[in-house]
This record gives sequence, C-alpha cells and structure tokens, in this order.
Amino acid sequence: MSEHIVTSYDAELSRLNRMILEMGGRAESQLAAAVNAFSRRDATLAATIVRQDDYIDALEAEIDDFAVRLLALRQPFAIDLRMVIAAIRIASDIERIADYAANVAKRTIALTKSPPIGPEKVVPRISGMVEAMIRDVLDAFVERDVEKAHAVWRRDSEVDDVYTSLFRELLTYMMEDPRNIGPCTHLLFIAKNIERIGDHTTNIAETIHYLVRGERMVEERPKSDTSSFEVVAPASQGSAPEQGGES
Amino acid sequence: MPFNGRADRTNEIPKIVADHVDVFYGEKQALFGVDLEINRNEVTALIGPSGCGKSTFLRCLNRMNDVIPNCRVGGSIRIDGEEIYDPKVDPVILRQKVGMVFQKPNPFPKSIYDNIAYGPKIHGLARDRTNLDEIVETSLTRAGLWKEVKDRLAAPGTGLSGGQQQRLCIARAIAVDPEVILMDEPCSALDPIATARIEELIDELRENYTIVIVTHSMQQAARVSQRTAFFHLGVLVEVGDTEKIFTNPADDRTQGYITGRFG
Ligand SMILES: Nc1ncnc2c1ncn2[C@@H]1O[C@H](COP(=O)(O)OP(=O)(O)OP(=O)(O)O)[C@@H](O)[C@H]1O
Ligand SMILES: [Mg+2]
Repeated sequence: MSEHIVTSYDAELSRLNRMILEMGGRAESQLAAAVNAFSRRDATLAATIVRQDDYIDALEAEIDDFAVRLLALRQPFAIDLRMVIAAIRIASDIERIADYAANVAKRTIALTKSPPIGPEKVVPRISGMVEAMIRDVLDAFVERDVEKAHAVWRRDSEVDDVYTSLFRELLTYMMEDPRNIGPCTHLLFIAKNIERIGDHTTNIAETIHYLVRGERMVEERPKSDTSSFEVVAPASQGSAPEQGGES
Repeated sequence: MPFNGRADRTNEIPKIVADHVDVFYGEKQALFGVDLEINRNEVTALIGPSGCGKSTFLRCLNRMNDVIPNCRVGGSIRIDGEEIYDPKVDPVILRQKVGMVFQKPNPFPKSIYDNIAYGPKIHGLARDRTNLDEIVETSLTRAGLWKEVKDRLAAPGTGLSGGQQQRLCIARAIAVDPEVILMDEPCSALDPIATARIEELIDELRENYTIVIVTHSMQQAARVSQRTAFFHLGVLVEVGDTEKIFTNPADDRTQGYITGRFG
C-alpha cells in the first residue's frame, strides 16, 4: 500500500505497529524467563517476572490510548481502520499472554518449596512450542502474512495434545500418592496457563487474517484439549490413553 | 443474518438502472460506460475525487444535463423500468419525479410559503388554497422546519440561516411529491449541527424516497448511505454496501481514495 498524503498519519500507523511488536516481544520473553525460572527452581527470578508484568499492562494502556486517538483524529477507513482495530485486539491478547506468563512465575515460586516430580520436563517442551508460535505470529503480523498466521493457528492443536497427555499423566501421579496432589496441581496450572497462551496466539492469528483480508476467519477452531471431559478411571491406568475425543 | 435488520433485497427491483452511460461535454468525455443500480428507499452516496464525474452522473438522473450546451448523454437510464432519455419523456415531469437539492441553498427571493407553494402550483398538484396550505405544512414538517417557521411563513426565505435554507430547499423538493431526491454536496456550506440535522433528515426521508447524494465527506457517506459508489476519472470503479466499502473495499483505487493515499 502506498503512502498517505498526510505523512504524519503514516508515522503514527508505523508507531502503532512498533508498539505491538515491542509488547509482543516482551510477553514472549516473560514466558521464556518464567519457564527458565521454573526449570532452575529460581524463586528470585520468578518474583522479578511477576513484577515486570505491570510494564506490559502499561504498554497495553498506551496502545489503547494511541489507537483511540488515531480513531478520533484520523477517522481511519478500510485497511487503516482494520489496523487500528487489530492493534487493540492484539494488544489485549498479548496482555493476557503476559498475565499467564506471570501466573507461571507465581506457581513456580510455590513449586520451589516442594521436591521436583517426574512430569516437570514437559513444561519446557510445551512452552517451547508456544514461544515459537508467539514469535511466528509476530512475524506474520510484521509481514502481513496470512498463510504464516494460519500455520501458527493450526499448530495450537499440537499444544493441546501435549497438554492433554500431561493432564492424564498427572492424574495417575495424584492417584498414586496423595502427597503429590499439591505439586501436581501447581504443575497442572502451569501447563494450563501455557496452553491458554497458545489459544491467545491463535486469536492473534485470526486478527491478522482479519487485518489482511478484511473478513473474519471462518475455519473451525482447532480444539483437541479434551481434559475437561476427562473422567478419573483407575482402570485406564497404564494403558495408552485414546486421543481425539470431540474433534 | 443476526443483528442485521436489513431484509434480503436481492429480489427487489432497483428504482434506477443506469446502463452503460457515457457523457461528453463537446469533445471531452466525462463519463465512461457507467453501470449502476440504485435501490429504492435507500441512500446511495457517490464519492470520488474532484472532477471524477459525480455531479455529471447525478445530473443525468433527471436530465439536468439537457440544459448544458454541447453536453451529450449516451446509454440508458431507466426509472421504474421507464427509459428517461426516451424522446417522449417530458423533462419537466421527470424533474418533478426526480427532485434536486444543490450544494448552496438557493431559495427563491420570495416568502417561505411561496418557496414551497411554487412547485405544486406550476405542476397543478393542489386542488385549492386549503390543500396548498396542507402541502406547505407537510413539506416543511417532513423537512423538519415547520416548528421553526410556522409563525413567519410570509418572511423571505433568504432571511433564514444557511441550515434552515437548505432544509427549505429540501421541503421545496418534497412539495412536488417526488420519488427520487438528488443531492449534490448538500451540507458543504453548513456547520456540524446543521449538517447533523440534514443527515438526520436524509435518514428519515429514505422511508418515502430514494436518495442519491454526492459528498466529499467520507464520514458523511459512511453515516448516511446504505450503498456507496466510487468514481474515478469518469469511471465507476466500485459500488457496494457502504459498510463493505469503508471497511474492506475490493479495489485499490477505492482504498487509496478513502484512506487518503491518493496522489
Ligand atoms: N458544463 C461543463 N462543460 C464542460 N465540461 C464540464 C462541465 N461540467 C463538468 N465538466 C467536466 O466534466 C468532468 C466531471 O465534472 P463533474 O462536475 O461531474 O465532477 P465532480 O465529480 O462533480 O467534481 P466536484 O467534486 O469538483 O464537484 C470534469 O472534468 C469537468 O471539468
Ligand atoms: Mg460536483
């Protein structure tokens, strides 16, 4: 798209673009750092991450204010209008992502008080998948690349699968020994938070689709996290759990 | 569709059908094969850069171009299926059916009453004086001006404020019982309040009339119209639901114009 007749308008739109990227980059490092703190059982680092969440909230407020100002003063239409709307939506998803990262850090602080349990190694794995999704979705945003956004969107079901199998594994741990229930619950929430970050990343992918194409993305949401339908059935212990379910 | 009060209007017959309309001013061609359908009881906005042919197209719809020397119109325009460029059509009657409101309010140098009564009189629309009074009152009421002027109908129309004058001109257009109202930048000389009043009025009028409005304000087109047509260099580039045109236009030229990227 060529430039506006009023050049300051272009400058404002590219500033909005940069603000989103900065906020997204920060949220991604918050998640990476939170999982790092988790792996190293570093409560001090985790506490720092919790505190840094305020900064991301402030960035969201700044993007919101700037977007409202653009709407009022420029009265954007078409691609420009969609950019401003997309910025507001994406900023709100990134804010949620950062919130979940901070929750991971909070749970980490609690977990450092009990000895490690086996399934912990899944956390860096699922987080690695989600961090890559965030990076790619931000790339897709910069490049206005719908195909790339779709690819990120589709990857979310892998995250859901990993989460679901972790959920099952943790259930067996908890049934084995009630003393595991405390740490397992924290671990479960940590994984759940990361899985939710994946969902917000797919929201961003949908917003990119809207931004570029000017229409809502119609594909069915990939949803293979079936854990909410799980029933604790001791008989299934040890046997390979069936995948799929509702999808 | 949920949250969309608009009924399916695919099977409705458009009020006006323009078919491959060409317009020449002498040697110079101003419109190139314009195909445009205008739906009844809707407001259609014509937008586009200065000189693109909006006014020219608007004037085709009631043959106002006939009075411009060396202006030639080709193609076909049908209103309710009837070809308006048919030699049998009386342009005076056509212009009663298709009224026009101009950029600058242009009341006659007469009383408010006479400004409205003039049209119905010459077209023989009033049975008697009482009926004429009724027409004047209804027209002024529909134009949202009655309350403000009912006690000074004998005062000159030119003594009203700009916004009131424009509503007077709308009342004057309504008085001859038209079916279509054409408006060429009707708010460009008005302040925001007077503009809002006219826009509100346009929205009410579409219940009874089919309205075509030329405007340079994208916001105004977005606010008042259901359909928007974008003209560029004498060509109709794109026409569609206003919502679509302003959020996701199909043509790059439309996007360039409405977002302010046109050189
Ligand atoms: N009476 C005329 N004689 C000769 N050329 C004319 C006449 N009226 C319009 N034109 C030419 O026809 C083209 C279209 O003019 P028109 O007035 O329809 O444009 P417009 O879209 O209404 O512009 P604006 O937004 O400035 O009112 C222009 O190039 C104009 O110079
Ligand atoms: Mg004009």
